[in-house]
Amino acid sequence: MFDFTLSEARDALRARKISARELTAAYNRAIASLNSQINAYITETPELALAQADAADAALAKGEHGPLTGIPLAIKDLFCTKGVRTTAGSKILSPFIPPYESTVTANLLRDGAVFLGKANLDEFAMGSSNMTSAYGAVTNPWTRRGDNRPLVPGGSSGGSAAAVAARMALGATATDTGGSIRQPAAFCGITGIKPTYGRCSRWGVVAFASSLDQAGPIARNVEDCAILLGSMSGFDPKDSTSADMPVPDFASACKRSVKGLRIGVPREYRMEGMAPEVETLWQQGLAWLREQGATIVDVSLPHTKYGLATYYIVAPAEASSNLARYDGVRFGARTEGGHDLTELYENTRADGFGAEVQRRIMIGTYVLSAGYYDAYYLKAQKVRALILRDFTEVFRDVDALVTPATPTAAFGQGEKMDDPVTMYLNDIFTVPVNMAGLPGLALPTGLDASGLPMGLQVIGKPFDEETVFAVSAALERAAGFTTLPTLRAGA
Amino acid sequence: MASYTLEGSTGTWEIVCGLEVHAQVISKSKLFSGASAEYGAEPNSQVSFVDAAFPGMLPVINRECVAQAVRTGLGLGAAINLWSRFDRKNYFYADLPQGYQISQFAHPIVGKGVVEVTLSDGSTKEIGVTRLHLEQDAGKSLHDQDPTKSFIDLNRSGVALMEIVSEPDIRSPEEAGAYLTKLRQILRYLGTCDGNMDEGSMRADVNVSVRKAGEEFRTRCEVKNVNSIRFVMQAVEAEAKRQIEVWESGGEVRQETRLFDPSRMETRSMRSKEDAHDYRYFPDPDLLPLVLEPDWVSRLKASLPELPDAKTTRFVSEYGLSAYDARILVMEQATADFYETVARGRDAKMAANWMMGDFFAALNRTGRSIEDSPVSAANLSGLLDLIADKTINGRIAKEVFEAMVETGEAPAAIVEAKGLRQVTDTGAIDDAVEAVLAANADKVAQYKGGQEKLFGFFVGQVMKAMAGKGNPALVNEALKAKIG
Amino acid sequence: MSLDPAAVRRIASLARLRVTDAQVAQIQGELNGILGWIDQLNEVDVTGVEPLTGGALMAMRMREDVVTDGAQAEAVLSNAPDRDGPFYTVPKVVE
Repeated sequence: MFDFTLSEARDALRARKISARELTAAYNRAIASLNSQINAYITETPELALAQADAADAALAKGEHGPLTGIPLAIKDLFCTKGVRTTAGSKILSPFIPPYESTVTANLLRDGAVFLGKANLDEFAMGSSNMTSAYGAVTNPWTRRGDNRPLVPGGSSGGSAAAVAARMALGATATDTGGSIRQPAAFCGITGIKPTYGRCSRWGVVAFASSLDQAGPIARNVEDCAILLGSMSGFDPKDSTSADMPVPDFASACKRSVKGLRIGVPREYRMEGMAPEVETLWQQGLAWLREQGATIVDVSLPHTKYGLATYYIVAPAEASSNLARYDGVRFGARTEGGHDLTELYENTRADGFGAEVQRRIMIGTYVLSAGYYDAYYLKAQKVRALILRDFTEVFRDVDALVTPATPTAAFGQGEKMDDPVTMYLNDIFTVPVNMAGLPGLALPTGLDASGLPMGLQVIGKPFDEETVFAVSAALERAAGFTTLPTLRAGA
Repeated sequence: MASYTLEGSTGTWEIVCGLEVHAQVISKSKLFSGASAEYGAEPNSQVSFVDAAFPGMLPVINRECVAQAVRTGLGLGAAINLWSRFDRKNYFYADLPQGYQISQFAHPIVGKGVVEVTLSDGSTKEIGVTRLHLEQDAGKSLHDQDPTKSFIDLNRSGVALMEIVSEPDIRSPEEAGAYLTKLRQILRYLGTCDGNMDEGSMRADVNVSVRKAGEEFRTRCEVKNVNSIRFVMQAVEAEAKRQIEVWESGGEVRQETRLFDPSRMETRSMRSKEDAHDYRYFPDPDLLPLVLEPDWVSRLKASLPELPDAKTTRFVSEYGLSAYDARILVMEQATADFYETVARGRDAKMAANWMMGDFFAALNRTGRSIEDSPVSAANLSGLLDLIADKTINGRIAKEVFEAMVETGEAPAAIVEAKGLRQVTDTGAIDDAVEAVLAANADKVAQYKGGQEKLFGFFVGQVMKAMAGKGNPALVNEALKAKIG
Repeated sequence: MSLDPAAVRRIASLARLRVTDAQVAQIQGELNGILGWIDQLNEVDVTGVEPLTGGALMAMRMREDVVTDGAQAEAVLSNAPDRDGPFYTVPKVVE
C-alpha cells in the first residue's frame, strides 16, 4: 500500500483495486505509529480523513472522480482549514479555529483529496530547520550511515517533507518564501516545487512575507508534484496578486523531451568552500541532461551573493507588518493581566511569539523605521530589481537553470543554532528564485558520503513550470533515485 | 477682504491653517472587502474576515471607490495620477485590526487642485489642495460602556475614505469654515461623499500655527477629528489663541496632536497618540500599483455633473439673478434642481423670489428638507402659472401657497375648491366700486378735496368687498373712472 | 549601523514586544550580527535602479462594488479571547 506513488494510488483507486478508506486508514495507522518519533503533524484528523475517504469511495463507486479523489495528503499548518485548528507553528495561534478554508486547500477538496492532518513547520514559516516550531522539532526520517543522531528535515515545510518521506502522506501542501519547499524536499530525499509567484492563491494562507510567499506541493516524485500543483493552482479573484492565467497540464509536461533545450549553469552558484560532493552531484546532473540532448550553457547571475542579505531585509520588513495583527484581541492567544492596551499587546506578543519570530519582527521594524528606510528597505528593493534583471537577461538565452538545491545535506538537530546568520546561509541557492518570483523545483539525485540525500534545483522562466517539470523529470529518470529513509511506514 | 489678525501682548499675530479632511466615500461595499459600508448597523455585523484582519485574508480594491476618488479630483480641478500606489501605515491601536492602515503615502491618486471660496464680504479666495488619497477607515472604540474595558466595533473598519489635504493657505476661522463648506458642497454635488458630519462621514484634522507678519511658519499642532464646520472655526481660533499665549509667555509650542473640547472652547493634548510617530510606511505587498486607463478617466470626466461655481455663473447669465441669489439657490444640488424646474419657461426672478421667500420659510417652519418638501416643484410651478395667466392675483397666491404647504395639493385644485379665481368681470367690479363709494361718501369728498392718498383706501375696501379676488388692475381702472 | 540598548528598546516598543533588561543585551548582539552581515549590500551600486516593490509585475485588478460579505458577527467574534456581547474588548483606553 505504501509503495504506491500518488499517480499509482490514483489509478488503483479508479480501478477499484483499493478503496479510499483502506488507503486512508493505512496512512492514519502510519501516522499513529510514527508521529511520536517524527512529529511531522501538529494536528491529526483521522476521523475527518475517513469521512472524506468514504465520500471519495461513494464518488468512485458512481464513476465520478476528480483528479485527486481519495488521495490522502498532509496540509502544512499555515493553510487555514475551516473548523480545523490552524497554528502556523506558533503558540499565539494555538486556539485558532479558522471559519474559512484557504483557496489552495479548497481547490484540493474540490478535486477529491483527503486531509490527514496539519503538518508541522517553523513558526510562521520562519526557519530552515523546523526547530522554531512551538509544537516541537520535526525529526528527519533519514539518518547518517552508522549515526543515529536526529537530523533536521529542513524548513520551514519540515513536517510536510518528513511526512511525505516517511510515507505518512502521499503528498503534502507546503509554502516557500525563501526556500521552504525546496530545502526540506532536498533534505528529505523527495521532490517539491515552488511555482511562479501568483500561480497559487495566497488567500487563506497565513502570511509571512507577502511579496515572496508562494504555495506549492511536496511529493514523492516529479509527476506527483505536477498532479498536485495542477489542483492547487489557478486564478483567484480574492488575491490581488493572483495571476489570471490558464493552468497548463503540468503532468503531461513531465513527459516532454529536453532535447534541444538550453540549460544555464550560473557560475556564481559555485560558492567558495562548497563541498566537493555538491559539485560532483551538479556535474552529474548536467551530464545526464547533455546525454538527453540538452545544451549546457555557462551563464552569470552577478547579484546572486546579495540575494540572502536582500531577503533578510525584505522578508522581515513585510513580516513585521503582517504579524502586527496577532495582538490577542480578535483571535489567538492572549496574555491577561496587563494594565493597559500597550501591556496587553506587549505581553501577548512576547509570550505568543518564539525567539526567531521576535528577532525577525524587530529586524523588520528597524529597517522600516524613520531614518533607516532608505538605507535598508529601499536599497534592498533596488538590489531585488537587479536580481530580477539578472534572471531576465539570462532567460533570453536559456530555457532553464540547474543548480544545487542546498549547500549541504541535512544537519543535526541543535547544529547551526548559535548564530542566526549561519542558519540563514542554508537558503543561499533558493532565495534568489523567490526574489525574482520564478518557479523552482528541488529533487533528489544522489547521496552524500554519509548516505544522506542531496538535491538539484531546476529554475524556470515566469509561468513556465512546464519546462521545469520536463527538465526535472529528465533528471529524475536519469538519476533513478530509489533509496528510502530508514524511518518510514511499511518498512 | 481685510486680513484677520489676533492681538497679543507682544503684537499682532496671523493664523496659518491647513485642513486634512476625511470624507467617507459613497459606495455600497468597503474599499478592500465586500462587506457593506452602510452606516448604523448592529455592532460587528458588517465585518468580513478581511476587515477583522484574520490570518491569510487579502485586500481586493473596489472599482467604485477608485472612481469616486477620481471624480472628486476632477471636481477639484486637480491632476489625476494615472499611476498610484497603496502603502501600509503601521501602528497599533485597538480599532485597527491589521496593525496598519492601507493608505496612499508616497503616490496619491490625485495631485494638486484648488477650491475657490466666497467670504462674507463678497470677496473670493483660492485655497490650494495639496493632494487627495484613498485610505481605509478604522473601527470604532467605545470607552463608556464598561468601567474597565473599551469595546470594539469593526463595522467602520475598511470603509473607504478620501483624505483631502489643503495647503496652509487658510488665514482665519472664517476661511476655514468657508473652505470646508465649499468642499462639502462640491463633494455632495459630485455624489462622492454625503458630507454628513453628524454621522462622521466628513471630519477634519485642523493644522494650526501662528506667526507675526513676514515670518516663516512656526511649529504647528494638529487638532484631530473635529466634526462640524462651526467646531472647526472655533478650534482654529482656540488653538491659535493658546499658541499665542504659549509664545508670549516665553514658552515654545510643541508639535503634537490635540483634541478640541467644544464645551470648554479649548484644545487639549492627546495622550494616546504620543508615541505613534514612526509609522514605518512601505508599499503594501498584498496590492499592486493602481494604474488607471486614460479613457476611463475621460469617461468619468464626461459624466460629471455641473458643479456649484459653473451653475452659479449660469444662473446669473441665464436667469438674470444676482450673484448672491444664485449662490443661495446653488448651495444644494436639490435646491438648484428644484429652482430650475420652476424657473424654466417662467418669470425666473419671480421664481427665485418665491423660492427664497415663502418657500424656504415654509421649509424652515415645517422642518422639512427640500427632498420631502410639502410643495413639489410642479405645484410651485403651477402656482406661478396661475399668477401669470391672471387666474389669481399675488395676494391670493400667498393664501393658495399656505394651503399647498398644509395639504400638499395642487394649486389649481385649491383655487377651484375655495373659489379663489380672480374676478375680471367688470360688471361685478363696477358694482363693488359703486357700493364702496356710496358707503364712504365722506371719504370721497375728502379725496376730491385733494387727499389723494385715500385712493389706496378705496382699492382696499373694494378688494375686501370682493374677498380679495378682484383683479387689481381692473379695480384701479374702475375706481379711476368713477372718481378720477 | 549598530544598535545600542536604547535603540533595541525603542524597536521592541514600536513592535509591541515586551523585553526584559536581561534580554536587551542578547537581542542587541543578535540584531547587530544580522545588521552587520546585511551591510554587505553597501557594495552594490544601485544608481538609477528603480526599486522592485512586489512579487507580481502587473497592474491591479478592481472588483465591482457589490456587497458580498459581512453579516456574520458570530463567525467574526467566535475566536475572540474576550468579548462582551457583539463587541471585542480591550483594557480601557484613555484618549
